[in-house]
Amino acid sequence: MNTCINKIREIASKLLENGEVEKVIGFANGTIPMATSPVVINSKQDVDKLVFNSTCGLNLANYVRNQKGKVAVIAKGCDSRNIVTHIVENQVKRDQIHIIGVPCTGMINKKKIEALFGDDIIEFTEDGDTLNVKSSTREETLNKKEYLRDNCTLCMHRNPVVYDDLAGDLVQEQTLENPYPDVDRIEAMDADAKWQHFQELTQNCIRCYACRNACPLCYCPTCFVDESGPQWVGKGQNKTDVDTFHFLRAFHCAGRCTDCGACVEACPMDINVRDFTRKLNKDSFEMFGWEAGLDITKRPPLDVYSPGDPNAFIK
Amino acid sequence: MMGNLLEHMGIEKDRVHFSWISSAEATKFVDVVKEISDKVRAIGPNTKFVKDYI
Repeated sequence: MNTCINKIREIASKLLENGEVEKVIGFANGTIPMATSPVVINSKQDVDKLVFNSTCGLNLANYVRNQKGKVAVIAKGCDSRNIVTHIVENQVKRDQIHIIGVPCTGMINKKKIEALFGDDIIEFTEDGDTLNVKSSTREETLNKKEYLRDNCTLCMHRNPVVYDDLAGDLVQEQTLENPYPDVDRIEAMDADAKWQHFQELTQNCIRCYACRNACPLCYCPTCFVDESGPQWVGKGQNKTDVDTFHFLRAFHCAGRCTDCGACVEACPMDINVRDFTRKLNKDSFEMFGWEAGLDITKRPPLDVYSPGDPNAFIK
Repeated sequence: MMGNLLEHMGIEKDRVHFSWISSAEATKFVDVVKEISDKVRAIGPNTKFVKDYI
């Protein structure tokens, strides 16, 4: 991925210079090592700010809405699927965005790497599949494949599904025998164990809504949790309200979630919010043969009626 | 899918029912209500997703 940044900068620079786009949305180095944050570049002089590495875990599709003029956006496989979802849901027009596709080999699980060190990480570099991480006391060389985020290890759409430019060679897609082992694990439990699992999962939630804000699907002008008339859900730390928030937020993503992992990436309390959305992804796939964001011409399954829709649930 | 997600979260399968009954289908309404109440009675009172008001 180190080489693709030169290509990204080259494309971005050309687009800005020719006036083809007004802005380029990408990633810039964060304020601490092993972190990147979204950045908007609007002049050619700033393209060197752009970076792309295995820490770019957020989803840039979240920033393409409500832009004036044409924008370019750097898109991994999952980002591109969310852009497709945006186009299908009329949040952005295809000709308003210039997609710089980046074939992705996965993003790293920062928390897992931080856990290896007792102190702060002061330097992070990567070269292909090798990560070099330095703290104030020691240095480790890690194999990236062992430190991927959970969603990236289960990803089957690493290449962008739609793009105008490509910043690297397409990578080989993973083939997985079972793409939903995590869901199966929970499904195997009995009702009380399932409930216990989700109770423990959300017990540290502080209702900061970082998961919602990082999610490209959560673009409602007023989220149901912020609505005050009627107030759908309590705003405090009551456990039932916390669970209601997670349950309903997940359900709003049914048939739309691309499992990009931005929610988990953003969570300050390390909650695997994906335990909720993954079940919906599995059901969408099994009931409707649907994976979100793969086809610009198809509407999500809960958005259309088809005589073949499963209806065993209704009496 | 909502029912499946609720079940996935640990709400018993027989706790939540979905039905479409026309206003002209009085007997169906009775049948469905009977079936639901029997099934819910069988699993007992719900303790999950219940908010305690102080």
